[in-house]
Amino acid sequence: MAQVGAGCLILALATCVYGIGASLYGAATGRGQWVASGRRSVYALFLLAAAAFAVLEVAFLRSQFEFAIVASHSSTTTPPLYRAAAAWSSQEGSLLLWLFLLGLWSSLALFLTRRRLRDVVPYAQAVLLGFGAFFAALLVFAANPFETAALAPSEGVGLNPLLRYPAMMIHPPMLYSGYTLFAVPFAFAVGALVVRRVDAEWITATRRFGLAAWFFLGVGIILGARWSYAELGWGGYWAWDPVENASLLPWLTGTAFIHSVMIQEKRGMLKVWNASLVLTTGILAVLGTFLVRSGILDSIHAFGASTLGVPFVTLIALMIVGSLYLVVSRRDALRTEHRVDSLLSREAAFLGNNVVLVGLAFVVFWGTFFPLISEAVTGQKAAVGPPWFDRYTVPLALVLVLLTGIGPVIAWRRATWANARRAFALPAAAGVVTLIALLALGVGASVTSLIMVTLCAFAIAVALQELWRGTAARRAMSGEPAPLALVSLVRRNRRRYGGYLVHVGVAVLFIGVAASSAFQHAQDTRLQVGQSTRVGPYDVRYVRATSGIDVRAGDVERIRFGTVLEVTMDGRHVTTLGPDRSYYPSQAILAFGPVGRYFEGEATSDVGLKAGPLRDIWTAVQPDTSRLQPLIDKGDRLLERTASRLTPRQRSILLAQILGGLVSRYAQDPPPAQFRFLASPLVSWIWAGGLLVFAGGLIALWPAADAARRRARAGYAARVARELGRA
Amino acid sequence: MDVLAPLVVIALLGLVVLLVSAPLRGGRAEAEAQRQDARLADLQAAKDAKYREIREAELDYRTGHLSEADWRLIDRQLRAEAVTILRRIDELAEPDPRPAERGPQAASGRRGG
Repeated sequence: MAQVGAGCLILALATCVYGIGASLYGAATGRGQWVASGRRSVYALFLLAAAAFAVLEVAFLRSQFEFAIVASHSSTTTPPLYRAAAAWSSQEGSLLLWLFLLGLWSSLALFLTRRRLRDVVPYAQAVLLGFGAFFAALLVFAANPFETAALAPSEGVGLNPLLRYPAMMIHPPMLYSGYTLFAVPFAFAVGALVVRRVDAEWITATRRFGLAAWFFLGVGIILGARWSYAELGWGGYWAWDPVENASLLPWLTGTAFIHSVMIQEKRGMLKVWNASLVLTTGILAVLGTFLVRSGILDSIHAFGASTLGVPFVTLIALMIVGSLYLVVSRRDALRTEHRVDSLLSREAAFLGNNVVLVGLAFVVFWGTFFPLISEAVTGQKAAVGPPWFDRYTVPLALVLVLLTGIGPVIAWRRATWANARRAFALPAAAGVVTLIALLALGVGASVTSLIMVTLCAFAIAVALQELWRGTAARRAMSGEPAPLALVSLVRRNRRRYGGYLVHVGVAVLFIGVAASSAFQHAQDTRLQVGQSTRVGPYDVRYVRATSGIDVRAGDVERIRFGTVLEVTMDGRHVTTLGPDRSYYPSQAILAFGPVGRYFEGEATSDVGLKAGPLRDIWTAVQPDTSRLQPLIDKGDRLLERTASRLTPRQRSILLAQILGGLVSRYAQDPPPAQFRFLASPLVSWIWAGGLLVFAGGLIALWPAADAARRRARAGYAARVARELGRA
Repeated sequence: MDVLAPLVVIALLGLVVLLVSAPLRGGRAEAEAQRQDARLADLQAAKDAKYREIREAELDYRTGHLSEADWRLIDRQLRAEAVTILRRIDELAEPDPRPAERGPQAASGRRGG
């Protein structure tokens, strides 16, 4: 099967090269059949990448260790669902996932535009196939997922335990969907610039893909944050880590793009800006892929270093130079049709929103690449930490939330006093009431958080007011009851009201971030069984230690040391938490011994979490296993002495018995353990806000079949009338 | 399996060639184009006929042979049928490969690109 997979990749590469040639030849000669043939090359790329990906998935699911990447990223003890996800935990598998998703989204985009933009499409095809050729070439020549070993090992290394978390199964496909979907507007922008067709039509044709990219990337980012909070054992959801930042960069510029295209569609403005934004977003998407896989920057999320630096840097350089050339050489065609009439207008608010988003992207970019910049300038690698990021991103985020409230309701062209009063009186009042309520509740310690929550209340009130007014107008026109009018209103204006829901979600998310950052109680402490500590308003008592071993397919998969903690407040029982830490064996048996290797491999935290709408109580434990060392050494010596006399099966049983004895000893006579306790307000609001954002994104994305049919029907009816009138 | 794998790859190659070359296979394309022209001609004729019916119904109404309510009903029905025909005509319209019929922007694009 490996040969079939490798064959598919070679065919995919050849198909891409042919498709690029056919598309460009068709564009140059005006022969549509060559362009059609090029389009079919994209469909063929998708089929071949899908076949290759299927071969790889089958190999992982069937634990075919003759495949080198299966042996190094999976094992028979890896649960089947994680085996399926292990395919993209490797560099080779993730590049194949990229190619597969690129083929999928490109095929969809080109199928939907097969009767539109006939001059732009050939060049867009060539660009998409260019990306396909790049990734197919990497897979064929540099990172072949179908390399096999002459002698297949009987067992694989297994999936990195940190990745054994449900959200991590879908986190990479979400991020990669986002990255590959951004390739679509990028390619169409290149095509539009090449043929100088820079009206809004290419934007209309690919807007949904930009929105889908934003949606998937956002889902991936939130899932990654959730994983960080629940799995990494440090208690945070965002660490300004380079790999996190790599996904945030195209998301920020993509967010700016999906806002600024509205200005081009409505007023013919910001053409240079939009073209530059979408090209930048495409470049940042490739940069994001590169950062995740390259290991050029230290990250808790980068799972392996890569040798693909030169090809990726070459591609990124080519994209930057090509984009700059296209924008500069087409500046006459990109001239704006109108100018901003007033700073108090929707155009100005959207422009401000864009400047803030791009400013945020610049700050994130600078902070992320600072280690490389400092190394290049001073010869020493220096990194900037979260306080540096917070210093610049917090003020920008405040302005962004303010503009989130202003943008949707301020008038086009020029706002009048009457318009502003009608639009902002109630939301401003909601903000002021929130501020007074917060001060009355004594939540005034953090001025930044106070301003953020006030501005969020203002933005939420704006969205709710618009929903209310829209529903009232719909009721007046149709006489429908309020709930039905609301549904009709949203169904007929999905983009607008989906967008408002996104704004509400962002505001809710920011409230969660502000509150959990400013009012968090944290405690790092060492406790013995029976001892207590205080975390904010809570008393936490270490009740007892727990331990266990998990056996899968006859082998010990991991050993666990945990605790039982009782949380009380003013003497009342609040909850019982059971954080533990799992230890997975290292593959270096010779270096550490058959027992010792369980304490030298990867370890993961299962946090103890009591999540609530107002406060989360979070804890992680770091057991002290040093007291077990004499027993570990004794177990290793015993297994060494008996090695020649026992069968492999008997050795496994003896090992399980030794490990069982070890964990029992730990639970009976536990040493003090190191704990991290957090009591954080409103963390749940972050996840709830994320869900609202994505619900809004889905509404905006959902194809409005009714509306499309209605518009088409109206168009045909008008045509009938016109043609009848001419006759 | 070793023998089967190259066969599977060759079959895939054949499939890809078939898929990609379909628009270039002249004979089939020409026949398809002729069939399409014929279908288009039929639909154009049907459209003209429907337009005629609409005009006649209006004439009947203007000359007192039809009540306003009846005319509106018939007119709505006929226009709906005309819309269906127009839709089918548009569905048949394939991308035209001839450069002469491409838009002026495309021509300038070729110069620019």
